[in-house]
Amino acid sequence: MQDLAGVDVQKLKIARPAAYRQIFASILLFVVLAFIIHAFWVGAIEWHYVSDYLFSPPILKGVRGTILMTVCAMFIGVLLGTIVAMMRMSANSALRSAAIAYVWLFRGTPALLQLLLWFNLALIFPTISFFGLFSVNTVDVMTPFVAALLGLGIQQGAYTAEVVRSGILSVDRGQMEAAQSIGMTKIRAMLTIILPQAMRVIVPPIGNETIGMVKLTSLASVIQYSEVLRSVGDVYYANSRVIELLIVAGIWYMVIVTVLSIGQSYIEKYFSKGWGHSPQTRKALSVDSAEAVGTT
Amino acid sequence: MSPILQAIHVEKYFGAFRALNDVSLSVSRGEVVCIIGPSGSGKSTLLRCISQLESIDGGLIAVDDEISGFRLRGESLFCLNDVQIAKQRQRVGMVFQRFNLFPHRSALQNLMEGPVRVQKRPVEECRREALELLRRVGLAEKADAYPNELSGGQQQRVAIARALAMHPQILLFDEPTSALDPELVGEVLSVMKELAQSGMTMVVVTHEIAFCREVADRVVFMDGGAIIAAGSPNDMIVHPQNHRVANFISAVL
Repeated sequence: MQDLAGVDVQKLKIARPAAYRQIFASILLFVVLAFIIHAFWVGAIEWHYVSDYLFSPPILKGVRGTILMTVCAMFIGVLLGTIVAMMRMSANSALRSAAIAYVWLFRGTPALLQLLLWFNLALIFPTISFFGLFSVNTVDVMTPFVAALLGLGIQQGAYTAEVVRSGILSVDRGQMEAAQSIGMTKIRAMLTIILPQAMRVIVPPIGNETIGMVKLTSLASVIQYSEVLRSVGDVYYANSRVIELLIVAGIWYMVIVTVLSIGQSYIEKYFSKGWGHSPQTRKALSVDSAEAVGTT
Repeated sequence: MSPILQAIHVEKYFGAFRALNDVSLSVSRGEVVCIIGPSGSGKSTLLRCISQLESIDGGLIAVDDEISGFRLRGESLFCLNDVQIAKQRQRVGMVFQRFNLFPHRSALQNLMEGPVRVQKRPVEECRREALELLRRVGLAEKADAYPNELSGGQQQRVAIARALAMHPQILLFDEPTSALDPELVGEVLSVMKELAQSGMTMVVVTHEIAFCREVADRVVFMDGGAIIAAGSPNDMIVHPQNHRVANFISAVL
């Protein structure tokens, strides 16, 4: 027991232990980093190839291809995923079974396999006909773009369906009841009340999946779709600067992913409306209700 | 004039559990009916059946002489579809125990959601009316606030205004003050009292015996899924005849 009687508590200071471990870890990491940078510095990398090709037209064409495919495939994925999630939660057992079968089928096989199946569809269906109205050659329709879009978009839908479903489940049951009590049908309540709230839970994993999709589009290079990896490949087959051009591709993937991550944080902010953030942001977001008060 | 609400021999099962057992109740226009009883007695289930959040398994519920949830043809009751039921629900307002305001909408937007989106009335007219309703429940200055910025009592008042915005013929309250801190109960009850005085038809499930005594035209006591007794507040609360009612009243007072 210490005698506290004579201690002036207000003058006491807390002496925290020095952060030896942090200092040690920092030094260690710095050394490792220095070794890696040194290795790349002395390695036989011709860095000027990287800067020469970073903005060259064929590479930029590939970048556009990657972005286009990511956007389109995610659009199809989110659309299908939302529809399938709502089917999965429907009272109609036929719709429920169809949704379960879809997720099972397209989550159960590799994306690359699905791409190859779509691309080679002409082998079993040489022509596609629409109810005998008109028919087209499958080879003409199933371009690398279409095959990649179908393959990536449809398998993405299977993953997104589960993400959307978990978002819908996260919304309190009372919300559906309140929406119904003011005369909304189930569909309308789902679209205007439940889904906007579910978005708060859905957006982070969808952002994650979109970033995954940026890199998954590289699979489309296998079926001759011109995206970043394929366009750098075309170049290094000609000039043999393999690592330099792969670094170019890596830089572009990093750039796209970084931009998407920033975009995601803005979208998250938008959908967190009503979940307690600063009034300033909220004012900026809900212009119409602010106007409503202004008019009176 | 026929009663605005008729429940006739209503039965409701949850699996094998009989939640409502031959419940009959009729409510006239402008009448305030309070339903009391121990928990699990079927009070809330009755309200949820009237508002068609639950479907009934027997009997009949009619609002303004229109059968709820079914179409009568010959001797058969044919189920209405989701769109038709949604249309019928507009006539019956519901105030929930847990408020159930839409958290992603401001108070004003909560009120306008139904009139604008469901009833397709002009936005400006709805906005004016919504602001007037918020003023009526004493929250005009909170029009722009989101539910999470409001106290429980304020949220429940917004929820009452949201139900009123649909111009319901009858308003149901499912334990509207049970989720509130004690000091916030009064503000909600006084809004409800004002509504009752304005001639609104109300069915209120509540544990606020003092409110029943002061505001109700009729008090209904439920237990075990059935209506045990009904009568004026004086007969039911001040001088209860039925011994189960008397026991309940003395336990909660």
